[in-house]
Amino acid sequence: MKKSFKLIDLDCANCAAKMESAINKLEGVKSATVSFMSQKLTIEADDEIFDEVVKKAVDCIKKVEPDCTVKI
Amino acid sequence: MNKKQKNSLLRIIIAAIIFAAGLFIPEGEQFAAIWFVRLGVFLAAYFTVGWDILWRAIRNIAHGQVFDENFLMTIASVGAMVIGEYSEGVAVMIFYQVGELFQSVAVGKSRKNIADMIDINPEFANVERGGVISEVEPDEVETGEIIVVKPGEKIPLDGEVIFGASGLNTSALTGESAPREVAAGDEVISGCININGLLKIRVSRPYSDSTVAKILELVENSSESKAKTENFITRFARVYTPIVVIGALLLAVIPPLFVGGWGEWIYRALTFLVVSCPCALVISVPLSYFGGIGGASRRGIMIKGANYLEALYSAKTFVFDKTGTLTEGSFEVSETVPSGISENELLTYCAAAERFSNHPIARSIVEAAGENIPDAENAEEIAGYGVTAEVSGRKISAGNIRLMEKIGAGHIEPGSIGTVVHTAIDGKYAGYIVISDKIKKGAADTVSALKKAGAKTVMLTGDRKATAEAVSKEIGIDECIAELLPDGKVSKVEELYAAKPAKSTLVYVGDGMNDAPSLARADVGIAMGGLGSDAAIEAADIVLMNDNVNHIRTTVNIARKTHRIVMENIIFALGVKVLVLALTAFGFGNMWAAVFADVGVSVIAIINAMRAMKN
Repeated sequence: MKKSFKLIDLDCANCAAKMESAINKLEGVKSATVSFMSQKLTIEADDEIFDEVVKKAVDCIKKVEPDCTVKI
Repeated sequence: MNKKQKNSLLRIIIAAIIFAAGLFIPEGEQFAAIWFVRLGVFLAAYFTVGWDILWRAIRNIAHGQVFDENFLMTIASVGAMVIGEYSEGVAVMIFYQVGELFQSVAVGKSRKNIADMIDINPEFANVERGGVISEVEPDEVETGEIIVVKPGEKIPLDGEVIFGASGLNTSALTGESAPREVAAGDEVISGCININGLLKIRVSRPYSDSTVAKILELVENSSESKAKTENFITRFARVYTPIVVIGALLLAVIPPLFVGGWGEWIYRALTFLVVSCPCALVISVPLSYFGGIGGASRRGIMIKGANYLEALYSAKTFVFDKTGTLTEGSFEVSETVPSGISENELLTYCAAAERFSNHPIARSIVEAAGENIPDAENAEEIAGYGVTAEVSGRKISAGNIRLMEKIGAGHIEPGSIGTVVHTAIDGKYAGYIVISDKIKKGAADTVSALKKAGAKTVMLTGDRKATAEAVSKEIGIDECIAELLPDGKVSKVEELYAAKPAKSTLVYVGDGMNDAPSLARADVGIAMGGLGSDAAIEAADIVLMNDNVNHIRTTVNIARKTHRIVMENIIFALGVKVLVLALTAFGFGNMWAAVFADVGVSVIAIINAMRAMKN
């Protein structure tokens, strides 16, 4: 499954890059992109573990930029 | 500016005023009353402008984020103050915030510009149900229902006009400013704006399959495919910051062990930290690609990702499909050569006989003959030969050379290229008509521009060799491969792919009708006339919404311009940073230069990146 989420208050391009690399290292993530320009997170992962992966990805985002929220 | 940005601007202005006031206070003896006043004023300015940075630095450290920009700026500015450089410490923070604000405003503006450009999403549909018209969401309308579109409204769904006539503004989709006239019976596409007449439309497919939904999906997803340069820069940023920070540490500790002067070396180290942020690079590269893609979409050129724009830049082989790409794909009578009768008679007789055929060639003859075509009787189509019919009591045979030979009429050998229809009246040769496909306007210019830039051009077609060669000669194509079967195209593309120069890319341009495999096989597949063709939108990497062949050149130019801007930014930003780092290490730099290398460079790189959006 592949799904996109809107990121709110993603203020820094370098943070977006850090988030992307952190999420891509998560277990179960096939591919992930964080686009600073379109303020979007796209994750591709297996269906069974998708929700779990998204949860972990949100944690990664919070860790890099605590003010940034993910609209699910 | 949004609320957050206005707030930030206000803080910067207040801090700048306090800071300026502080500069007038004489330094005084350390720990004297005036010294404390000065320190107090600078600290007030510092906290006004930088409290959020300090707070984030502390919070992010708690999350294990070392080398975080907030943290580095905090260390640099606090450090500067600790060694007594109060004004510089405050200035670093003020300028850092100015840079952040500028960046946020500029990026917000680009986002908005691009969102406005592709403002094609319909908000509502007026659906007619049981004689009552009600306003509903476009995705609530079902196939077969009737919608009403008033002048000034956007057409919400694809369908067929059943009532009314109007001009449509397609500029948001195609970049064309000339309105498209439609009337009952015509297919219309969602996303166009109805200019002047009321239209009733029978919906042909649900919103989720509509043209608008397809295009929006394409644009939305384009940020997922990042350019190689973009990924390279983010990887580079990951090592750049630690290296500069380690450099700062070494600079602070090692040299003073030998030559002394701790204060001076710590100052230099702090200056390093100001330059350690890779922001200018990390922001300007994606911003340039985003701008390039956005600027293209305004002209009706949809690009599915920055990687394709990048690949197009290094394209050295352009493969074109012939029909519908370089030529119009519609057939027209280009020559009428009668023998013993008038031109008009030849055309009229031939059209009368051909009228019962559905073949595109036959239809183009009928169209050329105009209104007064006499009736024909006993019309008969002989597969592989042509048609025969009786018109006004005379026996007309129209077809190829074999038909003429079969009836023993003889023929004249035509000198021109195209499909030839010979005609005989009562068994006697009466002349021939040449039907050819028109070359698109701008095709020759496009090909010569690509060749000038050092690219090889190839044309693939299923047509006869003579016709294909004549077309390719007229356009100026380097290599023409004719008489290909549909599945032969993709294997030819494979061959060309293997033969292309190293590190260059191959571009395939087609209409998406039956060359989806070739579009997919090429590094960059460009489909023309995407408006109304789902196949094209799906198969290609770049979709030209209209049929204009000049847009190929425009797209290549956008790719080149974007690439140039990206390169300028990388070289400029890195160059200034490295220069300032070197100057600082040898004692020629100062914190002001470092602030320029950080914030100034970011601002200039962003302004430069925004040029990519303008064409």
